[in-house]
Amino acid sequence: MVPKFEYLLRLGDNTLVLAQQIGAWCGHGPALEEDLALTNVGLDLLGQARLWLSYAGEVEGKGRDEDALAYLRDGGAFRNLLLVEQPNGHYGDTIMRQFLFDAWHRHLLAALATSDDPRIAEIAQKASKEVRYHLQRSAYLVVALGDGTTESHDRMQLSLERLWPFTQEWFESDPVDAACAQQGLAPAAHSLAEPWRATVEAVLARATLELPNYTGHQRGGRQGVHSEHLGHLLAELQSVQRAYPGARW
Amino acid sequence: MVVADALASVGLARSGRVATEQVLQWLDEVMDPEVPVVSVVGLGIVREVIWHYGPDAAPRLQIVVTPTYSGCPATEVIAASIRDKLASHGVSPVEVQTRLSPAWTTDWMSAGAREALRAYGIAPPAECAPGAGGSQAIDIGALLDPSRRVAVPCPLCGSPKTRLLSQFGSTACKALYQCNSCLEPFDYFKPH
Repeated sequence: MVPKFEYLLRLGDNTLVLAQQIGAWCGHGPALEEDLALTNVGLDLLGQARLWLSYAGEVEGKGRDEDALAYLRDGGAFRNLLLVEQPNGHYGDTIMRQFLFDAWHRHLLAALATSDDPRIAEIAQKASKEVRYHLQRSAYLVVALGDGTTESHDRMQLSLERLWPFTQEWFESDPVDAACAQQGLAPAAHSLAEPWRATVEAVLARATLELPNYTGHQRGGRQGVHSEHLGHLLAELQSVQRAYPGARW
Repeated sequence: MVVADALASVGLARSGRVATEQVLQWLDEVMDPEVPVVSVVGLGIVREVIWHYGPDAAPRLQIVVTPTYSGCPATEVIAASIRDKLASHGVSPVEVQTRLSPAWTTDWMSAGAREALRAYGIAPPAECAPGAGGSQAIDIGALLDPSRRVAVPCPLCGSPKTRLLSQFGSTACKALYQCNSCLEPFDYFKPH
């Protein structure tokens, strides 16, 4: 196992899976503006996924390109966080998932922008500018819905409670994280916990939402142990390449 | 914009090459497919024009471009348009290379391009806040408070009284605004 390859897969898979998820809102958004905004965020994430997965393929050196990695791996080979594969649910669920991820993604990319690996640094610098805007949007919506009507407030609180158990595995270091941090490629996983929590707490306070106070959580996404949702998502994402291997247009 | 001249620096013959200024002039006619009044040069995405000599000693032109947004679907169309434009002037093959760093910013957009946007009905981007891209600290107040956003003047009537309708418009690079004075909705090219 090459830690750098594994780490790049994590970055690529997070963005690929989340892009696929929010792309499903295309044509189904609660308002035209929301529809456009979410799919544009998805497009940014898909572009980032291509950059990370292309680099992962080069680092692996076995001739796999971005398409081979996206379309021809089974679920157990995906390294995304469990959060991003959680179902879209209602619009508030999607926005809360996006906000929790954006806040972490923003801090992660700011740290990766100073990576000792110039390719990682340049992709992170590029992506960081896009994600700053994603966070601005999702934070704004969390406040609008949380501090909205009683109905929207209660539903956002439930979204938060449901997604919270999937937000803690990000900060647990495993051998891949430790090796990449030691090589100066990436920040230590736990180093993002405090900045992330500060951002989340500040926005939730403005949104009149309460931070869940339970500590039990789910882990395994980065090591390839996923919920059943990922399989369904990949079945759709990969269906054309599975049915017609090598198809192009 | 850096115009590297690898050839001149090693003192090779100049036959078969078109001046880089001429190349840039031609590229200034290649429009962004999604904002057809701004050229790829005016947008600031053409970063370098380089002449190389291939193994067969024939001069080869390389155009270095940088993407606006990672997922911008226009990127591939732009590369093809650049090749087509240069081929129409007899320069072929042309290699279009993508470079990510330094990341594109709307601050690289030319004054002419900004004016062309405004005349087309799209508000040109404000200048980016210094250090906005990479800083670790996140100012939640600035993030959430609309009154702390830079005022975007209406490109149609010039009124500074406008409001944000949607953080994304018809493409990833734009937001949707409405003028409170003339009531027209308009696109705003986001500072990036």
